[in-house]
Amino acid sequence: MTAREQVTLRRSIDWGALGRSAYQAALSVTLSLLIGALLLLISGQNPVLAFRSLWDGAFGSVNRFTETLVQATPLLLIAISVSLSFRCQIWNIGAEGQVILGGIASIWVALTFSELPPAILLPLTFIGGALAGGMWSLIAGLLKAYAQANEVITTSMLNYIAVYLLAFLVHGPMMDPAGFNFPQSPLIARSLELPRLVAGTRLNVAFLIALLLVGAALLYWRTTLGQRTEIVGASRRVARQIGFSVPATIALVSMLTGALAGIAGWGEMFGLHFRLIEEFARGMGSLGIVVALLGELHPLGMVVSAFLFGALVVGGNAMERNAGVPFALVDVIQGCVILLILARGYIFKFRRGAR
Amino acid sequence: MNVELITFPFIVGLLAAAVRLAVPILFAALGETFTERAGILNLGLEGIMLMGALGGFVGAYATGSLWLGVALAMLCGIVMGLLMGFMSITAKVNQVVAGLGITILGSGLSTLLFRLFFGLRSTPPTITMFPVQPIPGLSQIPVLGEMVFSHNILVYLALILVPVAWVVLYRTRFGLALRAVGERPDAVDTRGLSVDRLRYISLIIGGALAGLGGAVLPLASLGIFWTQITAGRGFIAIAVVVFARWDPVRALWGALLFGSAMALQLSLQTLKMPIPSELLLMLPYIITIIVLVGVSRRAEFPAAYAVPYSRGEK
Repeated sequence: MTAREQVTLRRSIDWGALGRSAYQAALSVTLSLLIGALLLLISGQNPVLAFRSLWDGAFGSVNRFTETLVQATPLLLIAISVSLSFRCQIWNIGAEGQVILGGIASIWVALTFSELPPAILLPLTFIGGALAGGMWSLIAGLLKAYAQANEVITTSMLNYIAVYLLAFLVHGPMMDPAGFNFPQSPLIARSLELPRLVAGTRLNVAFLIALLLVGAALLYWRTTLGQRTEIVGASRRVARQIGFSVPATIALVSMLTGALAGIAGWGEMFGLHFRLIEEFARGMGSLGIVVALLGELHPLGMVVSAFLFGALVVGGNAMERNAGVPFALVDVIQGCVILLILARGYIFKFRRGAR
Repeated sequence: MNVELITFPFIVGLLAAAVRLAVPILFAALGETFTERAGILNLGLEGIMLMGALGGFVGAYATGSLWLGVALAMLCGIVMGLLMGFMSITAKVNQVVAGLGITILGSGLSTLLFRLFFGLRSTPPTITMFPVQPIPGLSQIPVLGEMVFSHNILVYLALILVPVAWVVLYRTRFGLALRAVGERPDAVDTRGLSVDRLRYISLIIGGALAGLGGAVLPLASLGIFWTQITAGRGFIAIAVVVFARWDPVRALWGALLFGSAMALQLSLQTLKMPIPSELLLMLPYIITIIVLVGVSRRAEFPAAYAVPYSRGEK
């Protein structure tokens, strides 16, 4: 989409650039928090009280801290997914829908093949979730690759369709027959629940899987496929000249993107909720994008930003409960972070070559 | 299913509803037509519409004047449009991601401000909406009268705006300059016109109209505000602009297509079709994808689409 044609692949670590990135990221987040505080101040709320309850909510106890990691888990997975497509210049904003499809498919597998032994069934649910997320994303990928349909619009439309599909299923075919008409599916077998890492908290194996996939992402960018992804992202023209098929790459990357988001949906189901519920993925898509951009689309950067936004989500909920400040404050902070991070080169006067 | 309910008046009512439901999308799409003609892809439209919806509701609620609500909505839209301008024109960042940021900001800010203004209530605050004002004489014409001439004033305003936008775009110096900026910004620059200024103006127009489009929902069709009230209409409007190949008149047909999809969805629900309502609600979004796929290959995007302009940059 940009006119720039130079193709540079990142290799060795540039510590100076890393320090500058970290500094700008920290500055962007601080400024966004200040803007949030200012909004509260203008509307007659006490920002000190609000941010105190946010901090206590996220870090106040061991339990709160593990909850921050619990919330960071899907955000990290979605951010890896987003970084994959964004680095290929595919503006896939459909994570929320892909998470939903991943959740639906994995629960469906668990309930349909419940007579299989857990050691076989649990991996099958994982594959089902990844596959469904990947296929959902592939729709937009194919439409972009072969019909030039803008993926921002198609993926956002697919999000709405997924939300209604989930609502339809939990109100209809997948509704728990013994659930007093609550819009939710039956529970999965206890043997399928992911083991907890800390007893008495909700922190579970999905968190480790997310970290494992961070490692996989680090490796991915060193493979030929990773290089191809980055070259297609840097310049479609150069990629064609080298002989890469641009449409095939777009389709493949779209599928991987969706599969990662689908895994996030699987983790939410088998680690936290153990059944399909409405709105379990609400807001995750945009949070994942913010986490990815704040982490500069780098796997390790995204670990830091996922932790930060996990804390903001947990703290934001506590703030709404305890200080009566709407959770939407976190959404405003998200928007500010994106805009500041994007315009950092202009705002913080550190002009380097554009990406 | 109650087939006997499908009568002639029912179908005319369906078409009238299609016109009414097309209006928010039409306003936003007309504004986005100007913005994109100037070479800027504003994917923040959804967030801008949300801020317009909030501004319209708050303005009308606080002052008791619907027109002040409209003014505040357009002002909110302009401010958001200028923010998009700062990102895309001044800071020259990637317009797709900047648009996403604007959408996330607008959706969060509209929710937050609404909660800060009104708090949590058991019954939502309401406003009296623009009344339906049938146009004397014209509204008596069979079929057409009910379809086109028996609406609230914002519907008439949107319909009048279509030829106005066409004239401005194709028959004025300003329109010529705007279109040139989207095709050959360097040529406009050599003529001594400011590329940046024209693009900022295009975003002011786009922002104001998107804000107005968002405000139609609380001011003329629902009477209340809720989180994410626009439900994707901003993205649908962008699809309409591509469908219309950046032409205001074709944008009217595009908006009507989506208005029809929404009206059809609503009336199928009243007909008690044996289709679950959740599946019917998907209809406008599915149609958006199908339409976008159908038109995107043929669409000739403005040459300088989504490319920031810097003097001397090749």
